[in-house]
Order: sequence, then C-alpha cells, then structure tokens
Amino acid sequence: MSQKIRVVIAKPGLDGHDRGAKVIARALRDAGMEVIYTGLRQTPEMIVSAALQEDADVIGLSILSGAHMHICPRVMELLKEKGLDDVQVVIGGIIPDVDLPKLNGMGIRGIFIPGTPMQHIIDYITANARARV
Amino acid sequence: MKTVADSALTGKQRWERDVLEPALRKSPEREGPFTTISGRAIDRLYTADDVAGLRDAGNPGEFPYVRGIHPTGYRGKLWTMRQFAGFGTPEETNQRYLDLIAAGGTGLSVAFDLPTLMGRDPDHELCLGEVGKCGVSVMSLADMERLFAGISLADITTSMTINSPAPMIFAMYLVVAEQQGADWKTISGTIQNDILKEFIAQKEYIFPPRASMRLITDIFAFCAEEVPKWNTISVSGYHIREAGSTALQELAFTLRDGLEYVQYGVDAGLDVDDFVPRMSFFFNSHSDFFEEIAKYRAARQLWAEAMKHRFGAKNPRSWQLRFHTQTAGVSLTAQQPYNNVVRTALQALAAVLGGTNSLHTNSLDEALALPTRETATIALRTQQIIAHESGVTHAVDPLGGSYFIERLTQDMIDGTLKYWATIDGMGGMVEAIERGYPQKEIAEASYQFQQAVERKEKVIVGVNEFVQADEKPIEILYIDDTASSVQLQRLAELKQSRDNDRVRRTLEALKAVASGDGNTMVPLLECVRAYATVGEMCDALREVWGEYEEVPVI
Repeated sequence: MSQKIRVVIAKPGLDGHDRGAKVIARALRDAGMEVIYTGLRQTPEMIVSAALQEDADVIGLSILSGAHMHICPRVMELLKEKGLDDVQVVIGGIIPDVDLPKLNGMGIRGIFIPGTPMQHIIDYITANARARV
Repeated sequence: MKTVADSALTGKQRWERDVLEPALRKSPEREGPFTTISGRAIDRLYTADDVAGLRDAGNPGEFPYVRGIHPTGYRGKLWTMRQFAGFGTPEETNQRYLDLIAAGGTGLSVAFDLPTLMGRDPDHELCLGEVGKCGVSVMSLADMERLFAGISLADITTSMTINSPAPMIFAMYLVVAEQQGADWKTISGTIQNDILKEFIAQKEYIFPPRASMRLITDIFAFCAEEVPKWNTISVSGYHIREAGSTALQELAFTLRDGLEYVQYGVDAGLDVDDFVPRMSFFFNSHSDFFEEIAKYRAARQLWAEAMKHRFGAKNPRSWQLRFHTQTAGVSLTAQQPYNNVVRTALQALAAVLGGTNSLHTNSLDEALALPTRETATIALRTQQIIAHESGVTHAVDPLGGSYFIERLTQDMIDGTLKYWATIDGMGGMVEAIERGYPQKEIAEASYQFQQAVERKEKVIVGVNEFVQADEKPIEILYIDDTASSVQLQRLAELKQSRDNDRVRRTLEALKAVASGDGNTMVPLLECVRAYATVGEMCDALREVWGEYEEVPVI
C-alpha cells in the first residue's frame, strides 16, 4: 500500500484563475505526494465528495475571489458530517488578515497568501497531514 | 597597431578581446543569470553588429508602424488613463466612477463580479459568496441604468471587461444609451469579448468554442452596421501573461487569437476592412522593462504585416494595432505593499515607451484586496506623473534605434512567427486550444518561473529577498455581504414586477435565432428591453449550445 500523502486540490466557486492551484499541484506531486486536481467550479459538496472518494488526507482550496468566508465553513461542516474530521484543510489565495482568526477557529491553520514559498507549503502539509496506516 | 586578425573581427569582437576580457580577469561579473523575467538570455552589450542586416524601423504613422501608429506620438493626444473599477452594488461602483471622473480619469472601465462574468444570477448555488466581490453585480438592464446614472454615455468612452456574456452586457449598454438619447452611431467604447484567451488562460467560458466564436462574429457584423465607432473586441494577452506565460508567448498567442477572429469574420462573409479597424488589443506590462517595450513594438509590426499580406487588408486602419495596457497584477506582492507603487510606475513607463494607447495602473493593495479610494488615486497619479512630469512624451518612440531595443524587437517578431507556424500547422487557434497546446506551454512556463523564484534566481523584493519580519498590516477595502443581499432581493422583486410573458417570448425568440443562423444581437436587445436577466439569457443559450468543460492540464 502507498504511504504517500493524498491531496485533493480544488478550485471552488466561479473563479477560473488556476495558475496557483496548478503550480501547487505540480509542486506537491514533485515532492512525492499523490495529487488529485478537481478542476474548476466545484461546490463544497463536490469537493468533500472528491475527498471521500479519493481517500484524501489533505484538501487544498485555492480561492482568490473573496468567497472564502462562505466556502470554508461549508466545507468544514460537510467534512464533519461525513466523519472526515481528520482531513487537513489548507487554503491558498487572497485572504485578508481580519479573516484569519475566524478561519483558525474553524480548524483551518494552513493559510497561504501570495508569495508563500512552495517549500513552506510542502513542509506544512508533511508535518500536519493525518498519519497513513 | 592593426593586425590581419583584427580586420577579421567585428567591432564588438575586437572590444571583447581588447577591453572586456582584461576587465573580466580583474573583476568578474555577478553570477547572474542575466535573463529576462521570461528566461531569455541577455548579452552584456548590444552594438551595431547586433542589428546589422535588420530592416530600418521606419517612422511613426507609417507601415509597419513599429515606431507607433500616430505620427505625433503622445504630442497629439496622451494615452487614455482608464482605471478598471467595480465592486458591490451598481450604486457603489457608480460613485467610484464619479470620483474617478472628478480626479481627471478620461475613460471608464467596468469590472463585473464573477456571477455576471459567468452568466449566472446571484441565486445560483455557485454564486455563494461571490456577488459584488470581484466587481460590480449587473443582473439586468435595471442595474445597468443604476451603474451609469449621472454619466453621459454620449460624452465618455467605456470599456467593459466581459467575455462570454459580452453580447448581453453590450445590449444593456446600448439600451441605456438609447434611453439617454445618445446616438449608437457616435458612442464609443470597448467590450473585451475575447473568448479564446478564456479557454487558454482565464477560464471564464460558458459555451463551447465554435458557438462562442459565432457570438463574436455576430457582434462584428452588428457593430459594422449599427455601432460603427465601437471597439468590438479587445484581444487580450493580459490574462495569458497573468496565467504565467512568457512575454513572447503572450505576444504570439494573443496576436494568433487576433488572426483567428479575423479568419472567422472573413469566413462569416465580412469584408476585412469593415471590421478589423474596430479590433483592439490588450497587453500586460510586466516588470522586465526592455522586454516589454520590445513586445509592444513587435506587436505593431506583426499585426500590420499579417493584415496586409495574410488577409489583404487595404485600409491602413486595419493595419494599425491599437492597444490598452495594464500593469502586471501578478507582480504585486502582499508583503511590503508600498513597494508595489514603484513596480507599477516602472511597468507603466514601459507601456508608455512602447506606445500604449490606453493604460490602467494597478493599486498598491491589489495583492490583498480590491483597491481603496486612496490607493486607486495614487495609481492614477502615477500615470499623470509620467505624462506630465517625466518628459518621456515629447519625442515619439524615444528608444527607437537603440541597438538593444531593436534586437529584442526583431527577436520577438521571429519568435512569434515560429509559434504561429506551429499553431497554423494544427489547423488554427481553436484547434490548438482543443488540443491544449497553449495551455500546456503556459503551465510549463509558469512552473519554471516559480522554480526560479524558489531557487532565488529571480529575486522578488520583500518576498524571497529583503524580507521584513515585523510588517504592519495596511488598511484594505473589505467587501461584506451587503451587496449580495441587496442584489438577491432586487432579483426577486424584478421577477415580480416585470412582464414575465414578454420575458419568456423574447427568450424563446433568442433560442430560435441561436438554433438557426440569424444575428443573435437582435433578439438579445429585445430580451434586455424586457428586463431578462444575464442568467436567463445565458441559460437560454446553454439550452441550445451546451456548456464547455475543460480537461485540466497541470
């Protein structure tokens, strides 16, 4: 059985700016993780169901449109409903400082704004993804 | 003393031997790499040797227009200072426009929110949290009336960044103009209306490529008759560059997109000289100063030659490439945001030295949020300082004849022709996109750039070098959900108050034309007059044509 960390990278909402999502997907793959990229225009339901089907350890959400305070709570709620509480959710994109405490409160601690080194994201995921048996 | 060997050397080779090599032995150069932001190697010195054999760049106002389309450059008319803005409700954005006009802005540029750009009404499930966030929400003619309240469409030019729903939004603008009593024959402005770069880069597509191309040629034909001064398309490299392409890829793919539109127009039975003069372009201005200037100069020559020789255009206006420029959003950093003012000023200067016809300068806080009123003003002031204080506007194409610039310009031209040959070999740009060719090229370039940043081969001040630990956060524009609730309520009220039978009839008429081969602008104007929503009009066409889904390329 593969011990690789499994990551679902998703683009929720209507935004199509996928440069960041694709660069991160490739960087995580090059770092030895198993990466599933959902493509564009995913609802929280679609993302959580992809995580379930793919047995993901980590969900990476790329959000640049300002919709994170709507999308993140819904994803966290659905994960809880499906019993996937131990799936680590990280987000990347344009996230104002004022939203950080609220996102932390939901259990999202890996929040990466523009300019974050890729190695930093790889290290964070490696340290925080649930242990694979 | 001159030896035999000396006479066999060029001036540059002799200099390298006699002057450079001893100097390098004493003090070597920095490690480099000395490459542009696009990864192109740059020589240490350009001399007459580097331009030997190149054709003379000619003069401004003359074919092939390398040095500009106007004989007087900016001495006649400065570029249009067109600041892109939009957020929240139509009323909030209307206020920002009135502010920009009062501050000396000379054209409007509308940013729509994602639901509008994607042809969805705010009550669709994918619009969760998106209404009024990245731009202004425009659902129906009623919102367009609010957006331009107190602004005379006869007296201002408006650029609208809208692509898949361009025909619907344009129809709304035309109806507002009609209500104000403005003449369609004299109003002017631009719709972006460039779907190919959406498939390639920004991904705001709705319908499949061929149906999308038909909407565009319908607009070409409609405007040639009805709105002759309107710029029917702004073929855009901006988004291609933001998605991570090199400068050369931006140039080559954008102009090749332009050729594709011309070909589709010709295939639809239009005369080149009837619609090409109303085509315009939109480029990025990134941080690599000289590479950008060369790109704009090359663009003019490539377009002029392609129109004249490939399409047999006879009207000089068809040969003249006009373009808008926006400084590179992707170059802005969330870290030490005030540094972005300097980046933007340099990028704006490159666009001006390249002869841009209009310009948007980004605000310092745009890696964090939409700009505040204050930062948007500094961005406009940056253009005004270049225009009125720097003196760069006095002489036309002031860098023309520089060995370096002319060499770079020629290399941009040669590289573009190579890309065109590849794309022509695939059958055209639509076919290349269907194969994922430009998408793959861009994804690869963007990954290579990111790797270079990680290795610090490319320095980004404040991000991978000169990092500051104790940064104080700046105040940003925070857009709450008020706009969303206002727009949702308005949508419900609209559906109560309008004549819904009329809406149904006009939508049916739209579907009938879309299934046949009439011009879709005609039934769309009727839908708009009946206050059909953007979502309803797009849904009607989704029923006829289906929706496009891409296979993602990583």
